[in-house]
Amino acid sequence: MARAATTTDAFNAVAEPRRREILDALARGERSVTDLVGQLGVAQPVVSKHLRVLREVGLVQVRDEGRQRIYRLEPAPLREVYEWVKDYERLWTERFALLDAVLEDLKAQQTDPGRQGPPAAESETRDEERES
Amino acid sequence: MTATNDRRATVTTPTDTQILITREFDAPRELVYQAFTTPELLRRWWHANRCEVLGIEMDVRVGGNWRWAAKAFNGYEFAFYGEYREVVPDERLVTTETFSGVPTAQAVNTTTFTEKDGRTHLEILVAHQTRANRDEHLQSGMEDGLQDALTLLEELVREQI
Repeated sequence: MARAATTTDAFNAVAEPRRREILDALARGERSVTDLVGQLGVAQPVVSKHLRVLREVGLVQVRDEGRQRIYRLEPAPLREVYEWVKDYERLWTERFALLDAVLEDLKAQQTDPGRQGPPAAESETRDEERES
Repeated sequence: MTATNDRRATVTTPTDTQILITREFDAPRELVYQAFTTPELLRRWWHANRCEVLGIEMDVRVGGNWRWAAKAFNGYEFAFYGEYREVVPDERLVTTETFSGVPTAQAVNTTTFTEKDGRTHLEILVAHQTRANRDEHLQSGMEDGLQDALTLLEELVREQI
């Protein structure tokens, strides 16, 4: 398994469950390391290690407030990750665009049945499923 | 909702193990159902311009089998297959679905066709047994594997960009 320190992009950074928990917490607002330790119930060095990775890939930003370091979520790199999920959506969008064309043909056949009859095999399938 | 959005499929993840695909069609539901249950028609749209369809078999009745096979443009051959569990013509199909690349995983797909004012609202709910299988399925449209997925991130991004 790759060590945290070798993680160099947002994809890998968010693949780690604990880091997603940290991002989830930060999505609700700024947090100090102490806040995160309390909230996640894990040791401070572990939280710090994950925060370092998240900073390296630009998913969190940090500012000093007195003796505390305050972390906040920087969502821009997530856009790229989001695109991956969107890819599955694009698959279906393309598929349904083709289906639209099929439906247009079926509608045209319905309004003008003489123009082009449905394929023979289609009728067989319809009969079969109507009986079931 | 704008016309542009109507043309987009919407994919959400209602739970850790599910995928929900929705879309509106400008056609009565019996035609949409026909396009889902007729091999010659399915062959025309299922490829999504991403693969070559090798074979479409479907025995649309409870207990009947289905198998849709294709070859990706890089030569990779794959198939989806399963069994019809519920068949309510023009309304609802429940099938099992297995992807040949992950033969140990079986999803249950519920496809519902709802008509309103001559338009059809289509929902495909894909229910996997585990989150890992669901994530693998979501990644099937992607170039590489992001191992754990992104319900949270999807929500975050929708809120923040």
